[in-house]
Amino acid sequence: MEEFTLKKLVPGLVIGALALTSTAVAAQGGDTLSGVQERGQVVCGVNGGLPGMSVLDEATGVFEGMDADYCRAIAAAALGDPEAVQYAPLTADQRATAIQGGEVDVIFRNTTHTLSRDSAWGDFGPTIFYDGQGMMVRQDLGVTTLEELDGASICVTSGTTTELNLADQMSFLGVEYTPVVAAEIDTVYGQYEEGRCDAVTSDKSQLAGRRSSFADPDAHVILDVTMSKEPLAPVVASGDNQWADIVRWVVYATIEAEELGITSANIGEFAGSESPVVQRLLGESGELGAALGLSNDFVVNVISAVGNYGEIYDRAFGPETTIALPREGTVNDLWTNGGLMYSPPLR
Amino acid sequence: MSDDPQMTTGTPQPAEELRPPATEVGVLGWLNHNLFSSKLNGILSIVLGVIVALVIWGLAQWAVLDARWDVITDNMRLFLVGRYPPEEIWRVWLTLTLLSATTGLSAGSSGIGSVRMLAIMLTAGQLMLAALILVSGLGIVASLALVFGAGVVYATMLAAQRYPVRRLWISLGWLATTIAGVLLLAGLGDATPLPSVSTNIWGGLLLTMVLSVAGILLSFPLGVALAVGRRSRLPVVRVVSTTYIELIRAVPLITVLFMAQFLFPLVLPEGLRIDNVIRAIGGITLFSAAYVAENVRGGLQAIPTGQHEAAFAIGLRTWQTTVFIVLPQALRITIPANVGLFISLLKDTTLAYIIGLLEILGIGRAVLANPDYLGTQFEVYLFVAVVFFVLSYTLSQASYRLEKELGIGER
Amino acid sequence: MADEPSDAPKGASGGSTGASIPFYRDVRVLAVITQIVFLAIVLLVLGWLLNNLITNSETRGISTSLTWLDQRAGFEPAESVIPYTPDDTYARALLVGLLNTVMVSIVGIFLATVLGLIVGVARLSSNWLVNKIALTYVEIFRNTPLLVQLLVIYFVVFLQMPGVRDAIVLPLEMYLSQRGFYMPRPEVAPDGAIWLVSVIIAVVAFFSLWYLAGRREDEGRPTMGLRWIASAILIGLPLLVWFLIPGGPLAFENPELGTFNLSGGLRFTPEFLALTVGLALFTAAFIAEIIRGGIQAVSKGQLEAARTIGLKEGEVLRLVVLPQALRIIIPPLTSQYLNLIKNSSLALAIGYADIFNVSRTVSEQTGQPVAVLVIVMAVYLIVSLGTSVLMNIYNRMVQIHER
Repeated sequence: MEEFTLKKLVPGLVIGALALTSTAVAAQGGDTLSGVQERGQVVCGVNGGLPGMSVLDEATGVFEGMDADYCRAIAAAALGDPEAVQYAPLTADQRATAIQGGEVDVIFRNTTHTLSRDSAWGDFGPTIFYDGQGMMVRQDLGVTTLEELDGASICVTSGTTTELNLADQMSFLGVEYTPVVAAEIDTVYGQYEEGRCDAVTSDKSQLAGRRSSFADPDAHVILDVTMSKEPLAPVVASGDNQWADIVRWVVYATIEAEELGITSANIGEFAGSESPVVQRLLGESGELGAALGLSNDFVVNVISAVGNYGEIYDRAFGPETTIALPREGTVNDLWTNGGLMYSPPLR
Repeated sequence: MSDDPQMTTGTPQPAEELRPPATEVGVLGWLNHNLFSSKLNGILSIVLGVIVALVIWGLAQWAVLDARWDVITDNMRLFLVGRYPPEEIWRVWLTLTLLSATTGLSAGSSGIGSVRMLAIMLTAGQLMLAALILVSGLGIVASLALVFGAGVVYATMLAAQRYPVRRLWISLGWLATTIAGVLLLAGLGDATPLPSVSTNIWGGLLLTMVLSVAGILLSFPLGVALAVGRRSRLPVVRVVSTTYIELIRAVPLITVLFMAQFLFPLVLPEGLRIDNVIRAIGGITLFSAAYVAENVRGGLQAIPTGQHEAAFAIGLRTWQTTVFIVLPQALRITIPANVGLFISLLKDTTLAYIIGLLEILGIGRAVLANPDYLGTQFEVYLFVAVVFFVLSYTLSQASYRLEKELGIGER
Repeated sequence: MADEPSDAPKGASGGSTGASIPFYRDVRVLAVITQIVFLAIVLLVLGWLLNNLITNSETRGISTSLTWLDQRAGFEPAESVIPYTPDDTYARALLVGLLNTVMVSIVGIFLATVLGLIVGVARLSSNWLVNKIALTYVEIFRNTPLLVQLLVIYFVVFLQMPGVRDAIVLPLEMYLSQRGFYMPRPEVAPDGAIWLVSVIIAVVAFFSLWYLAGRREDEGRPTMGLRWIASAILIGLPLLVWFLIPGGPLAFENPELGTFNLSGGLRFTPEFLALTVGLALFTAAFIAEIIRGGIQAVSKGQLEAARTIGLKEGEVLRLVVLPQALRIIIPPLTSQYLNLIKNSSLALAIGYADIFNVSRTVSEQTGQPVAVLVIVMAVYLIVSLGTSVLMNIYNRMVQIHER
């Protein structure tokens, strides 16, 4: 007969102590860059289920997409190793708490830059993708405008600007609809595909991305309507200016690199260039990296790892992908081509 | 009449034995009594029988013909260990083997049938896992490791039956196994032969077991402390314990998990980052401890005051009475309730997927998101349900057995 | 010596021996010191945690005010019992969530009790097939996680129903489809109020007459068919008034198929149905075992004695078994009801707008995770306490007053 003496309780206490000490990180006086460097990893909040932005390839365990690439860019800049990233998939409801709680260092999760978010829970970096909210419906419904959706059920993800914009737009147009709301992105699109709702609304890049993994992508059409502006940008926690600057200037560096024609393939040829702009960018002159707390050649690390903005875009939405969102002439093109991608000078 | 054998001779012969009517014995008898004992019962039996037969037939047909079991077999590694690096999986097998050895020793040394039952179930479980792995084509090595582990359980059990091990050594053995298990799974550091494996990539059944076992081991002492505190004579201790217990028992587990998830980083100094898994374990522990406390409190109340008085009479102080006299008896009485609680804890670990941990249900949802496996939802959920059913059912059977053996409620 | 008056120690210090107990062994002093130390430790730990919370909140811009409650929400929960538009406040959104939780809980508890009763009694049946079917149901639903059950019921059962255009049509204009269960919505016509009043009168009369009949029975006087009269009034009076009112007191709004959806009528979303059914099936398995245990705990001697004095089977159940069984059943039944209420928070996984689900959205849109979660936990606390109180009252009512 086993007695239940205090000895039985000892393993429990020991485990508790061990578990806490072996996996917790030592405390240090708080800024994100030091934390990242001590940990040797950047913890990046991502979507994980959105082809084009960040999707996990279960077989290889690799995250692919624009957001995922920018996570690698940050890691390359801060740690010199683009693979030193820990991806933390988040639902839309968890973004605020994740960044406020310090659970993630930066969020690249197709997050729309809005005033209330900026003031309430985060600091936004530069927009990496200028998107708009759209509506996707089944082809056979024959719907082409929003007004024709009177009385329809519309699927939407909770905790997003999409949910708010849908309510605003539809009430403005005087259209009655029934929202079908779910927290997880997979549930939302699952419900739409099963026919639980007639239409689904989200950023157009998201609609295109998810449609590419439907059983029958051509049976669904994205309406030619833009319901709102959705500038997708990275978010960091408020209160850490250095880290916010790092994220901001890594993004700008990729845009500047594309403007100067520097790619991951030809970056070697630009070493020792005569142009002072290039020299400053690549860290051969000036102390730009050091001013941010990084090595001076951080841009070299970034571009060698993920390429310039154009390369990142092409890998995610380029003509060879299933999603294929054209870039030329749209707002996501460089400012020299009439788009909005413009980097302040790196000097 | 004149041929009647009984009338011909003087010696009375026993009458011919009459057989009982055919409808009273054997299969017919059983059917008669259990299914057709009355007209209503008869009709009910026929109708239900037909329905049950149809359901089973339909299910069997689906399972064999229509179901796409490749969604399970293709992703078996994910279901079992999540994204644990394949080259380090030997550490999981090693932990399992250590666990098997310790279980076998405990089962053999103690006379308790329920512990032996658990050991046999561990053997069976490992054999089933080995079969699953073979079917999924994940490699002979893994299956062999599991078969070896199953063998270890049995072998150590037999060995310990012949050479029983002292209880002290067994307790130390458990302690060593748990420490070794944690270190093996988590790793010591990148420079050592045991590179660290971040808890973020633990997943599947491995993560389910880690969450449950850690939750059980940590919540038990906390719960006992709370129960004792709630019955303390000191008003401050009593109020604090009661408030905690009643507060936690009134809210759902999922709110506690969310609280743990983002409150832990906020209440700890900046920079001290706790792993997601550790936070989940913390939440589960805090939640479960309150329920353990209520169970133990019931046990404490059942100890007759005579025990307390006798203890005082021989000069034991309050804390000595509690620790050496009252608690052992109380804990023994509340074993069934506590085992039931731990089984619920095992099933409640599925809530962890809502906060982003990929335990076995989370893996199931992630696999379902893959467009290749469209429409295989029932297969995946059925698999997960069966895994939990097997674990839960066997544990509760062991608990009934234990209850009977310890004679709870009979003395 | 036995005849010496025993000197009862006067307090802990002193006593007849004359030696005083040093203060560090004085039980009363120790008790006070222990409490002070314990309180100090608890306050210190809490204080440190709180301090960290405040510092971190300031750095990250989390404020602790509640002004956001009055702000315009901008979204609407997927379903609501009370009217709600995106122009309403966050506070009202949380209220909608709370009402949804209450709805699910009430319907769920009712279904679970009924189903649990049936299965519990089936477990006691002498029919082997009935008994084993009930056993299988109980074992399956108790040993699998509730979340898995909910996901199966929602995704595999309710979402796979035929689409709206191919909805299953049931008699009386009821439709069952993937988008929910629709039935005609009864509305009281302008002069229908009289009918409602007559219903109330009939119900009151029914219960009073029934009670009176019971009292007369207890006193041994003939009931004079009071029970029949009561039933007649219950059914007859409303029926009579119905026909007397021109056009009928109730107007039914039927669901109609529009371009996309059925509109009008009373609608139960598949999320609501899945959650209610799922919770009911899960909880009923536990309730069945509780009821079975309660009934089996009534000793056989009671049954035999009751039969000996000539009570019919129905009376044996009603007068002897149930009162004793109820005593045992009600406390664990209460905790199952509380579990059901708490488990309704899993609505998050299938998209039903209960209070927890709504609170997640509010938390994200306002950036106030701590305040929102504290409010939600407080709400659950109040609901749990309320239910416990109600069940305790009922418990006291069914207590057998032993002499």
